[in-house]
Amino acid sequence: MNTCMERLKNGIITENPTFVMMLGMCPTLAVTSSAINGLGMGLTTTVVLALSNIFISLLRKVIPDKVRIPAFIVIVASFVTIIQLLLKAYLPFLDSALGVYIPLIVVNCIILGRAEAYASKNPVLASAFDGLGMGLGFTFGLTCIGICREILGAGAIFGKEFIPDDFHITFFVLAPGAFLVLAFLTAIQNKLKLPSATNTGTDDSLSCGGNCASCVGASCVANKGIIEAERTAAKAAKAQAAKEAAARAKAAKEAKAAQEAAEKKED
Amino acid sequence: MNLFVIIISSMLVSNVVLSQFLGICPFLGVSKKVGTAAGMGVAVTFVITLACIITYPIYYGILVPLKLEYLQTIAFILIIAALVQFVEMALKKFMPALHASLGVYLPLITTNCAVLGVAINNITDGYNFMESLICGIFTAIGFLIAIVILAGIRERIEFNDVPESFKGTPIVLVTASLMAIAFCGFAGLV
Repeated sequence: MNTCMERLKNGIITENPTFVMMLGMCPTLAVTSSAINGLGMGLTTTVVLALSNIFISLLRKVIPDKVRIPAFIVIVASFVTIIQLLLKAYLPFLDSALGVYIPLIVVNCIILGRAEAYASKNPVLASAFDGLGMGLGFTFGLTCIGICREILGAGAIFGKEFIPDDFHITFFVLAPGAFLVLAFLTAIQNKLKLPSATNTGTDDSLSCGGNCASCVGASCVANKGIIEAERTAAKAAKAQAAKEAAARAKAAKEAKAAQEAAEKKED
Repeated sequence: MNLFVIIISSMLVSNVVLSQFLGICPFLGVSKKVGTAAGMGVAVTFVITLACIITYPIYYGILVPLKLEYLQTIAFILIIAALVQFVEMALKKFMPALHASLGVYLPLITTNCAVLGVAINNITDGYNFMESLICGIFTAIGFLIAIVILAGIRERIEFNDVPESFKGTPIVLVTASLMAIAFCGFAGLV
């Protein structure tokens, strides 16, 4: 039971996907124009995350290591399809508000990241709570950003207007406002030196920023290519250098031999 | 005329990054230098175009006749993942020079939501083959334009005196916000 509570706390606070890890930026920017949309998107992702974590954990000994990523993608895509059909049937207003971003949950890096980093290595119950914690953390992040944008842009919280029309700053519910709100959020985190993916020493040659301490493994697939390319390049350079050195040594040796021969002749 | 409207709206008015928020990760992550940004943009253009060409016949030729439209998400993501792998292998074999310059970006594209997003949008909007192809190509060009402009601005920001707490990601997001405002100006075109 202790691990379960620890996983929940880890997902909501320590490794909050929105504020700390900065994962899943596309839905974070796109659907937070109002608090209710953020909440809906967050909860939908939570359900998919928890269910896919449970399934991947159950199948972790069956799935061969080589095809694990496609297998994870199929599992996640199946759950996304189920959720999409359920939303269409029972919550049509949310389905039309979120639109294309529901099928796009499949490519949300939080879900594949948790599958790869946690669910594929840990027992079912812990994985379920890990998914639940991460999902609730994501929901919390989206709802907070949604509330901020809705208050500033539409003068309302969850659709209840309390600021008169004349004082709305419509800019914040439009596309540019999303970038600006996120910019100020990360700036505040930098100012207060809060733990966040954006204010640690970063290595820009890696797609995740090279911050291994807070990595969930989402970008490891992407990084692998980069690292491998670097490695082959380094190897090639090394081989080239060794070849040149060998050639130089050979040339020197030959020169020396020629010199010796010449000296001998002189003698 | 209809195609012209699609070109303008997919490339500029509803720009894939700045107004639809698809493909934010490469937009913020691979935009440090103009060269790499252009490489990423070209790779995305290539994959989105191929994805549009392939997903259309699969949806209307296989899924619709069998009444399996609900398998759209699963089918598309698998097609795109397989396509990226296949493109990488084909490039390695037949065009090693192109593979050397684009190869690093290809694995990153599988999880790029712009590719899946465009494929799904084409189906939702009920485009025919020509329209979805044009829409795909010009959406990708919109991505290319946005990422190259951002990379250009970021190269200049390097020499600017940015406030301490805005260094790094925040100033990039502010830049993206200003670019989004500029792209809002295109709204009157269509």
